[in-house]
Amino acid sequence: MEGWDPNTKSTLTQIPLLSTKAGPRDGTAWTQRLKEEYKSLIAYTQMNKSNDNDWFRISAANPEGTRWTGKCWYVHNLLKYEFDLQFDIPVTYPSTSPELELPEIDGKTQKMYRGGKICLTIHFKPLWAKNCPRFGIAHALCLGLAPWLAAEIPILVDSGMIKHKDDVSSTSEC
Amino acid sequence: MEDGLKDIIDDLDSLKRSLPDPSLQASVLQLRLRVENLTRMAKSGPVGRPKVKDMSAEVVDSNPYSRLMALQRMGIVENYERIRDFSVAIVGVGGVGSVAAEMLTRCGIGRLLLYDYDKVELANMNRLFFRPEQAGMTKTDAAVQTLSDINPDVVLESYTFNITTVQGFETFMSSLRNKSFCPSKEGSGVDLVLSCVDNYEARMAVNQACNELNQTWMESGVSEDAVSGHIQLLIPGETACFACAPPLVVASGVDERTLKREGVCAASLPTTMGVVAGLLVQNTLKFLLNFGNVSPYLGYNSLKDFFPTMEMKPNPQCSNAVCLERQKEYVLAKPARDAAAKAKMEAEMSSITECPLHDDNEWNISVVDDNEVHTAGVPSADALPEGLTRELPSADEFEKSLAPGTDASVDDLENLRRQLEALNAD
Repeated sequence: MEGWDPNTKSTLTQIPLLSTKAGPRDGTAWTQRLKEEYKSLIAYTQMNKSNDNDWFRISAANPEGTRWTGKCWYVHNLLKYEFDLQFDIPVTYPSTSPELELPEIDGKTQKMYRGGKICLTIHFKPLWAKNCPRFGIAHALCLGLAPWLAAEIPILVDSGMIKHKDDVSSTSEC
Repeated sequence: MEDGLKDIIDDLDSLKRSLPDPSLQASVLQLRLRVENLTRMAKSGPVGRPKVKDMSAEVVDSNPYSRLMALQRMGIVENYERIRDFSVAIVGVGGVGSVAAEMLTRCGIGRLLLYDYDKVELANMNRLFFRPEQAGMTKTDAAVQTLSDINPDVVLESYTFNITTVQGFETFMSSLRNKSFCPSKEGSGVDLVLSCVDNYEARMAVNQACNELNQTWMESGVSEDAVSGHIQLLIPGETACFACAPPLVVASGVDERTLKREGVCAASLPTTMGVVAGLLVQNTLKFLLNFGNVSPYLGYNSLKDFFPTMEMKPNPQCSNAVCLERQKEYVLAKPARDAAAKAKMEAEMSSITECPLHDDNEWNISVVDDNEVHTAGVPSADALPEGLTRELPSADEFEKSLAPGTDASVDDLENLRRQLEALNAD
């Protein structure tokens, strides 16, 4: 965890860790894991709200809890940039982490695989592997997606690759 | 197209007849000749060959298998035609997978199953196999198009989905189980799975499927700097599975998880990919047709032209539960294996007629058993040389399963779901 800012570190220590090592094909053990995922997501969301740092919405898109959809946003120069967020729980979960996707900015940055999967290879995957099975979805958002947004969105905005939604509508009105 | 050209010729003929001016006749004649040329070219264009019922060893120009069947005459392969009974699944039809598929197709493999969810892009053109006009097609469709032209005898099945998702994985498993091609075959419906994927997640998914199906497979990979690669044979329970020891950890000390994928612009060379595909298919042929030694692991370092080989035993503390199950089965089957090996040895021994090795022994040379002299000094397999100690305890307790949450009363899944939704609402 060297190189991480103290804020992220202290947030991380407050997200409840998980204990069940089970993937979506493991039946009742997966249900148990899913409960733990919910608990840690609830705790993380509550924490973000109380710290005035609310930055995502995520919920299971199917009853099995293998597909998740929602939104995430990032504030840059006092403007809020919001994106759709989606991911599947891989069959080999939790040995392999979920691949977080931002489909709206697919193809706009090099730090992304096809289909809008953000690049987690260097900054997150080794960390996930070392902490398997204790890390869950909440940890992936906190340590995978949040730093990616912080690093990429300012560059994408400044280079004009993404525009704020108000700018887009005002130009179309002209 | 031929009909269109014929119409033009007819039109030209009638034009020629109706032309009053003979000075224009020559140019009309020239036009007619050019159209005739085009007709000939169209006729000689790509025509697929018909299917071949039996592989023949007859040496004629029109026999697509004469050079392969010659392997029998040379004493390399006992029965080459068996290749038509085999099914091979290739997961990942990229720089390595597509070339491996072409090689197996040209070798006349019975059935090929191709898995990939990507599309052909112009950025792939620095590698072999795909052509620029195929850009935009799915890799599986483009591969089937080319391969069925090259060898119509091969049964090709293409699967276009991501095997790491829950649904994709189930489809992947059932396609491997399907035995309609060769119903008499034991185990799964394929003889070998070749992993030619470019990321850790997909490799882990192939590993999981093969461990569950007790399916032998081979893994291949090319480094992101495009100058080294490896192939590895994985027999569930007998050799290390992919989760036991990811190959790059062994080869270079690099954590496999830090490997980048194609999308984030890794380097690639047609040469390295071709070499690795060649090594992979060579090992496949040796495995299927039973000749030579099948390499358990073969590395390729192109900068130094270094080809390391090694064997890897399964990890008794592997994180994959199915791998541990397979390991147990393998250990339990040891007496049967030993008996079979002994019977084979005896059969071989009995075939050699016994006679003294040397008729005379002018210098009275005799062989002395040297066991007694050395046994005292030979350390047991586990002992370390003097001066070395193990950093970690040698008999580490297998990772205890973490106690699952005990407060079952409060956590109803539906309740938790509602709690999160409530938080999401405001």
